[in-house]
Parts: sequence; structure tokens; C-alpha cells
Amino acid sequence: MAEESDKSSVHPWWLRMVHWMNAAGVIILILSGWQIYNATGFMGFKFPREVTLGRWLGGGIQWHFAAMWLLWGVAVFYLVMATVTGRWQRKFWPVSIPGIFRDLKATFTGKLSHTDLRIYNYVQKAAYLFVMLDITVLILSGLVLWKNVQFPILRMLMFGYEGARLIHFVAMVAMCGFIVVHVVMALLVPKTIKAMLWGR
Amino acid sequence: MDRKLPPEVARDKDAILKEANGLLKDPGKRRLLGNVLTLGGLSLATGILIRDEQSVKKILQRISRFNDGAQAALFDPNDMAPEYPRSDISNPFPYNAFYPLAKVPKVDGDSFRLQLAGKIADKRPWDLPALYALPQVSQVTRHICVEGWSAIGEWGGVVFSDFLKRIGADTTCKYVGFKCADGYHTSIDMPTALHAQTILAFTFRGHTLPTWYGYPMKLRMPTKLGYKNPKHITEIFVTNDHPGGFWEDQGYNWFGGS
Ligand code: HEM
Repeated sequence: MAEESDKSSVHPWWLRMVHWMNAAGVIILILSGWQIYNATGFMGFKFPREVTLGRWLGGGIQWHFAAMWLLWGVAVFYLVMATVTGRWQRKFWPVSIPGIFRDLKATFTGKLSHTDLRIYNYVQKAAYLFVMLDITVLILSGLVLWKNVQFPILRMLMFGYEGARLIHFVAMVAMCGFIVVHVVMALLVPKTIKAMLWGR
Repeated sequence: MDRKLPPEVARDKDAILKEANGLLKDPGKRRLLGNVLTLGGLSLATGILIRDEQSVKKILQRISRFNDGAQAALFDPNDMAPEYPRSDISNPFPYNAFYPLAKVPKVDGDSFRLQLAGKIADKRPWDLPALYALPQVSQVTRHICVEGWSAIGEWGGVVFSDFLKRIGADTTCKYVGFKCADGYHTSIDMPTALHAQTILAFTFRGHTLPTWYGYPMKLRMPTKLGYKNPKHITEIFVTNDHPGGFWEDQGYNWFGGS
């Protein structure tokens, strides 16, 4: 309904707001997460100091546990709005594996059409659904790392405390992969960025 | 006030107003203006944030206090940390402190007296044999460090809530604080102090706590991160005034629960 009153926009105002708040939250969480990771570096390497946020472990933790609320708030707000406005069905349905492969092929042969920014192709649908799932995994594994005694069932689902740590890390890597591809794609079709900023 | 303006300036002013009006009537230009204002506002906000690092620190500290409250609200005294079979105990169990191994304090067990202070009815100091004579329990639990590692160990000692009752501590107070032989200090919330798995530990793997794990005693809480588990405790006090802590005062989250 909110979208009906906003016909001229490619993206409704709430989506644009949520998108950029989410992007800010995710980037803060990744950079402060690298700071926290660096205290031990359990995967056997460390991130360069210059790209971490918070100056030291304590600062990184403060950033991480502040931006965490932003991510949770944004995720809940998006879930509610996308459900209430019917965005799920309209933008992300139908989605199918053959469709994804067809559009992937079209992407690499330069045949993918971007005439109507309102309609996501199957690659976009798959990428966005994937990153939403990834954010969900990040939030749930993060909850186990933060409060594992208070969430026994979640802890079990994440294969215990150390399992949650590994899952949280792998989901972070997947997020970084998404961001790189996503930003490159957006830069290749700059009018999509304009639409995500100003709505058209 | 128009009267004070020379006629040519007044004319200019009219023209400027007219043009500004026109600008605002054109939807495209209005949008542009809106965008410029948004961008300007955003860069101003970021500029202030980056220039004024102190205010960022303050905001983050305030959120950290808020997180203390959120964790206190999430805390359920009936939720137990997982316990493990002895075969899962990490070997070697890591040594960790804010100083190297060589600087570990050497506490003389014979002359040692545990001091009690604050809102406690019976403040008589305790010597080690008296503490060892109390009913003892043990647990095999995971020690989780804020630095991103964890290890399983076995600790034995007295259930802390029993000890607090025995000394007549006012358990309606908010905090229990700890002073340590190495200059470390920290404090915890009363609900965690009364949690069934919180123990005043004298042993590690069935033997007297080695100096590097906190001789003569440490507070063992599997519901809290390592820096909340003080070693080499020399004094326990009960209070309603937030006592802070060694790392907490530098920015680690005070509740520090897991
Ligand atoms: C940092 C983490 C980011 C995440 C997790 C993220 C996630 C998403 C998601 C889930 C959507 C689809 C939303 C929907 O339609 O309901 C989307 C759309 C979009 N994002 Fe991002 N984004 C991020 C950063 C960025 C950045 C930095 C840019 C700009 C360079 C960008 C540009 C866009 C554009 C242009 C769209 C419009 C969709 C399209 O036309 O394909 N995003 N993003």
C-alpha cells in the first residue's frame, strides 16, 4: 500500500532508508568484527590494522555491539515492511534455479535487460535472497557468541559455541563476497544507484 | 526593515526571492535541492563525528551501559552453561593475564586472609584451611575469552551463593566487587553472583589452583567472559555503588556475560 502512493519511485522511501542504514550497519560490523577477530586470529591470519575499526579490541567490541542493534532493528523493520507491503511476492517471486542460470548466462553475454529497474532479474533475486539469509545466519550465530548460555537451542543449532564462531566467520566472508559483487554490479549500471538513493 | 535598503538592493532582493520561489516550484530542482541538503547534512554529521572522537566514545560507552541492562534483562538464573566430560578438558589450558607469566603474584598461603567488606554482616577474615573445610563442588565448563578463544577446564570450590549467605552478605545489593593480589579488580551483578554455577574456586583439575591460574582462589563463572572471572582474590565486597573494573573502565563491556 505504501508503494501505491509512491508510484513514480522505483524503490519506496522505506526501502531506500533501510538499505543505506543496513549498508552502514553491515560495514561497521565487518570492520569492527575484523578488529575483534585480530585479538586471536583463530583462522591463522590477521586483517591489516588500517582497515579495522575501533583502534583496539575494547573499541572494536563497543562498535560491534552498538551496530548490532542497528542491524537487528533494520532486519526486523525490513521483514515487517516487506511482508505488509507484499514486497516478497512482487519482487522476489517467482524465483527458480533454471531462471537463475538463464539470467546468469545472459549477464555474461551482456544480454541482461535493465530497462525496468522495478523488476529484478533472477540473478538479482537470488543474490538478495541469499544476502538476507546470510544476515539471518550472522544475527543468529552472533547471538550465540554473545549470549550462548541464554540461547541453548540456538547454541545447539550452531554446533556449540566454537561452531557458532566458525559459522559467524564464514557468513562474514560470504557477506564480503556479496558486497564486492553487488557494488561492482551497481557501478556498472549507475542508474540503479541513483534509484536506490533518490527513488528514481 | 525594507526602508533601510537602497532601492537597487531592494530590487535585487525581490529578484532573488522570485528566482528562489521558481526554483522551489520546479519539482526537478526541488528534488535537487533536497538531495543537496541531505548530502550536506550527512557530510556535516560525519564530519562532526570524525572530528569529535570524544563524543563518539561517549556515545559508544552509553550504548555499552545500555547493553549491560539488556544482558541483565536476558539473564535467566535457571539457564545453565553446558558442562562437559573430563575427557574434553583442554590440555594445556591457556595462561592469560595483563602481564607475562614471570610476573604472576606469589601469595603466601599460610599468612593469607581473605578480607570481606561492604554490606556483609560477618566481616571476619577467612584463612585458607577454613575455606577448604566448607562443602566443595566441582564443574567442567568452557572458559570463554573476550579475545576470541575458549578452553574447557575443571574448577572446584564452594558455591558462591552459599558462601555469601554464610557471611551474611546483603544479597539485595546490586554488586559484588573483587580486589586481587596482582592489582586486578572487577565486579559483577548480584543475580550472577547467586547463579548456581558461580563458584569460589580453590582447585583446578582436582589440585590446588596453580599460581598462574589464580592461587589462592578465583571466582569461576561459566556465564561470564574470562576478564569477569578474577584470579588471586584478596578481598570481596558487597555494594550498591557501581565498582567498575580493570578492563571495564578501559572499555570492555561491564556485564560481560556469555
Ligand atoms: C554493505 C552491505 C549491503 C547490503 C547487505 C546490501 C543489500 C541489498 C539488498 C538486500 C537489496 C535488495 C533490497 C530489496 O529490493 O528489497 C539491495 C539493493 C540495492 N543495493 Fe545494496 N546492499 C549493500 C550495499 C550497497 C552499496 C554499497 C551500494 C552502492 C554502491 C548498493 C546498491 C544497491 C542498489 C543500487 C540496489 C537496487 C537494486 C537493484 O536495482 O539491483 N548496495 N542491496
